[in-house]
Amino acid sequence: MNGSPAPEVLFRLEGVSLVSDGSPVLIGVDLELPAAGLTVLVGESGAGKSSLLRCLNMLDVPTSGEISFRGRRLSTMDPLVHRRSCAMVFQRPVVFAGTVLDNLHVADPDLSVDQARLSLARVGLREDLIEREADKLSGGEAQRLVTARALVTSPAVLLADEPTSALDRTATAEVESLLRTLVDDGLPVILVTHDLAQVRRIADRVVVMGSGRMLGTGAIGDPDLDSLLCGLGDSGSRG
Amino acid sequence: MSTIDVWFGPVPAATLPTATSDIVGWGALAVSLAFVGVAVAVAAEQRLALGGPIITAVSRSLVQMTLVGLALVPIVDPTTPMYWSWMWVAAIVVMAALTTARRVPAVPGAFWVALITVTIVAAVGLGLLFGLQIFELNGRTLVPVTGMLVGNAMKTTIVAATRVTEIVADQRDEIEAAMALGLSVRAASRRLVRSAVRTAISPQVEQTAALGIVVLPGTMTGLILAGVEPLEAVRVQLALMYVILAGVVTAGTLMALGTVDRLTTGDQRLRTVRRGR
Repeated sequence: MNGSPAPEVLFRLEGVSLVSDGSPVLIGVDLELPAAGLTVLVGESGAGKSSLLRCLNMLDVPTSGEISFRGRRLSTMDPLVHRRSCAMVFQRPVVFAGTVLDNLHVADPDLSVDQARLSLARVGLREDLIEREADKLSGGEAQRLVTARALVTSPAVLLADEPTSALDRTATAEVESLLRTLVDDGLPVILVTHDLAQVRRIADRVVVMGSGRMLGTGAIGDPDLDSLLCGLGDSGSRG
Repeated sequence: MSTIDVWFGPVPAATLPTATSDIVGWGALAVSLAFVGVAVAVAAEQRLALGGPIITAVSRSLVQMTLVGLALVPIVDPTTPMYWSWMWVAAIVVMAALTTARRVPAVPGAFWVALITVTIVAAVGLGLLFGLQIFELNGRTLVPVTGMLVGNAMKTTIVAATRVTEIVADQRDEIEAAMALGLSVRAASRRLVRSAVRTAISPQVEQTAALGIVVLPGTMTGLILAGVEPLEAVRVQLALMYVILAGVVTAGTLMALGTVDRLTTGDQRLRTVRRGR
């Protein structure tokens, strides 16, 4: 909706619908997600945001419609290869048993200690945490560790499903800063949130969802988008 | 004297029971049932809601074992063709697979996984026990030995399949977090599946470790009651227990891995599983 040239399309969704347990979760979503910047999917609980993100990572498969990644249909791709290209972090940071280094080795068993230290530094974690038991990390540290772990696969995009919803204000600010740094380094990020204040703080582009449908898309400051966001705020979403 | 001689060789007549009723008469059986009544009363007093299941289990075992006893009479008859015994073996294997599959209705194709698992355990176990001539192959030995092998394997397949199903339902987040890194479902669930296998086989490992201290197993006890020298009876029992242990480990591992595979879609996603039967 702004005047800048349209960026390359990373994901293209055409008529994507998803039915789970007999209930429609996504309904005929047509959408293009750019290969640059920080795109935020926002909507109320149950809007279908997380389900859409899972479809992008191939953890779920649309009941109908098609998703393309860099012009290739996901249905023709090896899910194991695709998932390494589309790193995903979840609402609850899941750390695996063992040390921080052990966690990074799950993503790449051949990762050297020096590379592991660089991975930690990239997400703002102290290098001396490398031998720390992962379940001893704070919530914010754990979220940064799982982000570092996801980035070990050198992905083309980072999918983040409400990564700050379980964090306090300070840790949320740290994670938001990390996401912005990654975007500035050239990694596109697609973030799911229902926090409208967060949308206004960090989004380059916003996709508004409701009841499984795509309601609108645009940049912060776009009047049409602002009215959609105000509608979400009025209907009780957290601001 | 070989173990075959021990098992089948002549036993002093004075030490042999003359009939089943000499070991456990119907009166003794009734007394043992009275103890079950005590157990039911205790369960009722403690409000454990176990009275019904206990009575059902006892009733079923009474009917089933009586029928099995009656059916075994012609099977152990030396004049009965062996193929009847082999048919019984097949029935045991199929029933074990059916019983396992009934416990995990959320797992598609669990019957076939259990059938393959139990068949492998039975084939290898029977091959060892009869191939090494620990027992002589005939109708009197084939069915009871198969029952012991498959019975223990079935307990393990049930626990392994149930635990894997519970893990997929309860710890889906951890598995999907690893899948999101590009790991296959089997690789992503490896650590959790290991714990399921440990849970499934540890009772048999513990029982083997406690042999002779806490547990005086049935085969050995039966042989000693029948007048066989204790050390000879111990050798037979140990050989049997080791084969059973190997079968249990094999069954737990194969069933756990097979269950994970059956809960994985062709495009490497986890099927939705809900806890409970």
